[in-house]
Amino acid sequence: MNFDFSDDQKQLRDQARKFLAEKCSPKAVRVVLDGKAPYDKELWKGLAEMGFLGVAIPEEFGGAGAGHLELCVIAEEMGRANAPVPFSSTVYLAAEALLIAGSDAQKKKWLPAIASGEAIGTLALFEGKGNPAPKNVKLTAANGVLNGVKKPVPDGAIADFAVVAARTGSSGRDGDISLFLVDLKGAGVEVKSLTNLDPTRGQAEITFSDCKAEPLGAAGEGWSILTQVLDRAAVLCAFEQVGGSDRALEMGRDYALDRIAFGRQIGSFQAVKHMLADMYVSATLARSNSYFGAWALSTNAAELPEAAAAARISATQAFQHCAKNNIQVHGGMGFTWEFDCHMYYRRANAMALGLGSLSYWEDQLIDRMRKKNAA
Amino acid sequence: MNFEDTPQEAEFRATARAWIGANAPKQYEDELRKSSLGRTVLRNADILDVAKAWQKKKADAGWACLHWPKEYGGRGSSPIERVIWQQEEGPFGLLSRMFIIGHGMCGPTMMAFAREEHKRTYLPPLASGEKVWCQLFSEPAGGSDVAGLRTRAEKDGDDWVINGQKIWTSGAHYSDYGILLTRTDPTVPKHKGLTMFFLDMKSPGVEVRPIKQASGASDFNEVYFTNVRIPDHQRLGEVGDGWNVSLTTLMNERSAIGAAVSTGFPELFEYCSSLMLDDGPAIEDRAVRSKLANWAVKASGLKYTSMRAISALSKGERPGPENSIGKLVAGSMIQDVATYALDLQGASGVVSGEDAELAGRFQAMLLRAPGTRVEGGTDEIMRNIIAERVLGLPGDIRVDKDVPFNKIPTKGRG
Repeated sequence: MNFDFSDDQKQLRDQARKFLAEKCSPKAVRVVLDGKAPYDKELWKGLAEMGFLGVAIPEEFGGAGAGHLELCVIAEEMGRANAPVPFSSTVYLAAEALLIAGSDAQKKKWLPAIASGEAIGTLALFEGKGNPAPKNVKLTAANGVLNGVKKPVPDGAIADFAVVAARTGSSGRDGDISLFLVDLKGAGVEVKSLTNLDPTRGQAEITFSDCKAEPLGAAGEGWSILTQVLDRAAVLCAFEQVGGSDRALEMGRDYALDRIAFGRQIGSFQAVKHMLADMYVSATLARSNSYFGAWALSTNAAELPEAAAAARISATQAFQHCAKNNIQVHGGMGFTWEFDCHMYYRRANAMALGLGSLSYWEDQLIDRMRKKNAA
Repeated sequence: MNFEDTPQEAEFRATARAWIGANAPKQYEDELRKSSLGRTVLRNADILDVAKAWQKKKADAGWACLHWPKEYGGRGSSPIERVIWQQEEGPFGLLSRMFIIGHGMCGPTMMAFAREEHKRTYLPPLASGEKVWCQLFSEPAGGSDVAGLRTRAEKDGDDWVINGQKIWTSGAHYSDYGILLTRTDPTVPKHKGLTMFFLDMKSPGVEVRPIKQASGASDFNEVYFTNVRIPDHQRLGEVGDGWNVSLTTLMNERSAIGAAVSTGFPELFEYCSSLMLDDGPAIEDRAVRSKLANWAVKASGLKYTSMRAISALSKGERPGPENSIGKLVAGSMIQDVATYALDLQGASGVVSGEDAELAGRFQAMLLRAPGTRVEGGTDEIMRNIIAERVLGLPGDIRVDKDVPFNKIPTKGRG
């Protein structure tokens, strides 16, 4: 059994970690956090040059063609560095949707542009409250023309194109939903930035008014494609969350060793030690579930849907747990703008909602486990 | 990243599987498979007899104590082969629980510190299950604080004379031998005045009293020593070096990687899959689903953590203190799972034993679960291990560290 990343993959992880340590310091993240830029353009360019944006995109479409395990190790480092770039929306959502359902022409048009950093993509799925569900898609598509409002759309204000979920039928079933590709710089698109929990990753409201769009995948297949996209993104996001959990744990550990109170390092108090031990436990469980997700993703195993839901839940819980207790270990300092703790707290809680909230994934997991048991 | 054996591992697995298939006591397979924490009962046989017979059969064919050297009754296998064996042994591995202290702790301690002739005499019958061993460490005054023990050993000619009391001694009532940690010098700080021995549990002056546990079962004992004589050649390590000897024992206690950790989750999921609540099937209920999902990812997280550790073993790496998380997570989880299963049963959950739902499976689990959180180190000790040895945080402050043992206060108040 070799349930671990290979030496080459670990080397790639080290390379990504080193690159991000240089180009994505907390100071650099703060430029975006403070609203001085919508995202870190220099970093984005650098990620493209390193080949990270197209690591899982086949060579014929301008990528490195390395595969999803390689993307997982990079995702972990993106989460560890809290990178303020549209990586998840472009690479996990838009690129994966194209890889799953795009025509050859669509792949040729967008995938090389993603890999080179020229195009930012996103997925426009949500329409206000509620979790992923066909009934929550109200935006309509008729004769390739979209009408409706999507929000929140991750990185919607900076994206060049979006994969949009639209209603094309009225049967009340999954088959009512189809996907479309929309050039967001074209006519009939109005974009408004929304303030959100994590300013290092923007959210937008996008209004489509008689907006022309081309189908992505077959009509009526939208929900089935979306489910696959969300499962893949769940695994990739889980790695970001694992990276974030580890970083939050490290920050807490380092502070506990550094800070003296009552004449002792606070890390010598059992209450603090045990809090950090519990952070380690949740981060470890999340990592192990995510590894299984990575295995399932990279081998396209039948276990992927269940593995993705488990990784999603475990990593979401771990990141939230580690980020909040990192602040607790830091005491009053942790709650200040000046310390970096809140950046991870924001990211953890924003990520917990991005692909649908925990209750959605809990339902998915139980349904999928039942299906497996019945089979 | 894969779950495949190397060619050598696959060959070993095939050989082990074939032998187990041909030799395991299949008549007990169903009962063993259905056992859960708090309940491993064989209806028509004494589990100790069945365990001893299976162990002897394994030993005769060279499958006992795989990781031990051959000359002491083992197989000289690699750690990964031991894991593969455990996976293949499946429910029959539950029978080895009878020998877990002897094989996991006493044997390795004997190997490290006993005289060669003693190793050759005592270890093979321990490996084959013919003789059962226990570990006499904990005392009423020293549970987690093992070094606080008070059982005295005083030199008398070529013998040592033992007086005192041990507690929580698993299996002492059916053990033939034990390893015993004693205090030989109360005038030096507590870690420095200890000495380790092994002894015949049938020696005059040894009295074993089973302790009735919260669950009603009696797995543990109190053991009293009244002028028990142990010859000096049965001393393990130097006089006063007992603490170091015991550390060897305790390091070997780290739960065996690869053995399935009981979490109660598969039992709960199966139960909820068919259970009807007032409003419909339990499995359709939002609250039930949320609980199940949260436990599901803990159970799978432990499973894949274990697989990562097995992968490390497969590459020749050694297991580290990070493996403490299995017991830590599973211990409180099984307690919570059992509590929740009874909550779903409503008022009737109070009924236990054969008259209860599923013949009292969750009730038995509930009553046994607190022990899991305490035995082999409490949750708090496990968290200390992670905090100190994995995360590198400072050790707890020990105010008695440099104080002579006989000057350490023994009561909380005046």
